[in-house]
Amino acid sequence: MRRIISATVLNESGVLNRLTGLLTKRQFNIENITVGHTEDPAVSKVTLTVWVEDDCKAEQLVKQLHKQINILKVRDLTNMALVSRELALIKVLTTPDTRSEIKMLIEPFRATVLDVSLENVTLEVTGDGEKIDALIELLRPYGIKEISRTGVTAIPRGTQKKVLELHPYSIM
Amino acid sequence: MKASWVAEKKSVETSLVSGAELFIQGLQDEKVEVLFGYPGGAVLPIYDALYKSEMKHVLTRHEQGAIHAAQGYARVTGKPGVVLATSGPGATNLVTGIADAMIDSIPLVIFTGQVATTVIGTDAFQEADIVGITMPITKHNYQVQRAEDLPRIMKEAFHIANTGRKGPVLIDIPKDVAVKTAEVKEVAGIHLPGYQPTLKPNILQVKRLNEALLQAKRPVLLTGAGVLAAGAEKELVAFAEYHQIPVAQTLLGLGGFPAEHPLCLGMAGMHGTYASNMALYDCDLLIGVGARFDDRLTGNLDHFAKKAVVAHIDIDPAEIGKNVPTEIPIVGCAKETLSALNQTRGNKGDYNEWVIQLTKHKTEFPLTYKTDESELKPQKLMQVLHEVTKGEAIVATDVGQHQMWAAQYYTFLESNRWITSGGLGTMGFGFPAAIGAKVGKPELPVIAVVGDGGFQMTLQELGVLQDWELPVIVVIVNNKSLGMVRQWQEIFYEKRFSHSLLDIQPDFIKLASAYGIDGKRAETEKDVREALTFALASKKPFVLDCVVTADENVYPMIAPGKGLHEMIGVRG
Repeated sequence: MRRIISATVLNESGVLNRLTGLLTKRQFNIENITVGHTEDPAVSKVTLTVWVEDDCKAEQLVKQLHKQINILKVRDLTNMALVSRELALIKVLTTPDTRSEIKMLIEPFRATVLDVSLENVTLEVTGDGEKIDALIELLRPYGIKEISRTGVTAIPRGTQKKVLELHPYSIM
Repeated sequence: MKASWVAEKKSVETSLVSGAELFIQGLQDEKVEVLFGYPGGAVLPIYDALYKSEMKHVLTRHEQGAIHAAQGYARVTGKPGVVLATSGPGATNLVTGIADAMIDSIPLVIFTGQVATTVIGTDAFQEADIVGITMPITKHNYQVQRAEDLPRIMKEAFHIANTGRKGPVLIDIPKDVAVKTAEVKEVAGIHLPGYQPTLKPNILQVKRLNEALLQAKRPVLLTGAGVLAAGAEKELVAFAEYHQIPVAQTLLGLGGFPAEHPLCLGMAGMHGTYASNMALYDCDLLIGVGARFDDRLTGNLDHFAKKAVVAHIDIDPAEIGKNVPTEIPIVGCAKETLSALNQTRGNKGDYNEWVIQLTKHKTEFPLTYKTDESELKPQKLMQVLHEVTKGEAIVATDVGQHQMWAAQYYTFLESNRWITSGGLGTMGFGFPAAIGAKVGKPELPVIAVVGDGGFQMTLQELGVLQDWELPVIVVIVNNKSLGMVRQWQEIFYEKRFSHSLLDIQPDFIKLASAYGIDGKRAETEKDVREALTFALASKKPFVLDCVVTADENVYPMIAPGKGLHEMIGVRG
């Protein structure tokens, strides 16, 4: 299943290299990864989405990441109530006929037009991956020139439902 | 007038010192006794500071020799081995040793020179991205950007290397950083928020293991190098004796539990004893202590401890549940955890029948080999080594047949006598590791047991024996082949001995003599006894080239993909 792992790391050079190198070594394929500062400039947060077959392997991944000296905290957010967002920039081919049609199409997706030229428009859309996929499929018939996606970033919700089965790594 | 000017200049100098001097200071602060190294362009400032200091430095003849020597030193002393090499090829020559130390959890602090910060990234002369190269094979690594950071980084590195699950830490020092000056400041302490190894076990899990012991009928302990790293030998004996639990050992764990103890089953795994492997196969409670369930130990996981509740004590949480599903996970240092188990012990289970059964296995299916008076059997050779040294010697090996025979037949009575390349399986490891061991424990006899193949990978270190007159005894188990490769080709590749026979080889005795070292060729048991007795008494380096049965194989053996109960070559 797809897992969202969040790692709090020291903002030092080489940390990302170490993290991704570890995933390569243990044969995990990163679907997407986002990195940015947190409220503390010395600390960064890495959110990565990986495809992991079983829980045992997912546990290994979390533990191996946790072993790194400059990784402070690792959480598997997959089974938690969370808010996650991804941003995509999509450049779509337009003609004078289709331009307003596209504008109407994107409205329910709360996408906005960032740039317009004679042959194309560039759109910005934010949401979960499925929503972005749906918009891309909708726009495909018009001709997509370029897509740039940021990958998922996520944060657990303030209130977690008790009924959720969380996987605690309580042995540590 | 002139004198006061000199004095003034000196007082300024003492408050500002070079990176290289900070390096020496850092070593002294960590009470480092010896460096194993090899100089070169990028470390010239460091070697200059070394020249002016009292620090002992062993110049090996190759960087690989330096790092394996440091590994041997660390294994027998429990202190981190310290290595120094130059940039580029100096650093890359260390890579095998770093990987070896990583997989066998040997504490090392490795210093490499680097080109100056001003030219890093320009493919400068002797530049290699050693930090990038060693990232997956070090516990942690650093590149020092400013001389003033060096004391803190060194303090952290020694701490990281020798605590938690031990391992190699590399510090890359650009040449200009070693030259630039900085103020000498006391390092305030170690601040590593991302590194807090768990030493004390969770008491609830300890309780669960105590309960499981009461339920069990057929418990077995599997002990590894974690017992030795933690110095938990006494606690282990107390625990095993109180509950009367038989003990199987991993290759690296040999010596952690006395081999002649009635509860000791011997080594488990691919070439382990029948008693150990059957104990792991039949047990209903398996207690792993500081062992990582390596594939050479478990065989096919589908048949490994299938009837057992698995309890795993390890300092590294990532090892627990990695290969074997674990019901009772205990994160903690072996010493602390075994102490906690000993302190909370209560009622005992009754394992008498189980112990009797395993003891019967031990006597009915011991390690054996076909004796032949006309030839020197390699197994006999190991037994003779044990007899002549009374089991007191430190034995270091490479990888392969000779390693397995030493593990099976040397009979390790005490801890920290056994140095071998377990996880990585490095040829050429044993001889330089023995040099490091002799430097660390000069009072004990040290024997490098090497194959004729492996010895040729690092035999340039004979130069170190000559240089320091180190009384290391090199025992070449000479079967004129890469024995283990040959054995597998015989069994699994219909005797197609593809590039594994070394019929052409140097005269090792003449080679030793070129280094001013005594040597002898031994073809019989009597030759070995005589030469070894002479060598031990002489307190000088010695090379003993033992011509052993060329086509002897290591048994028992578990073929790849087979379970622990499917041993071949078990003879009653």
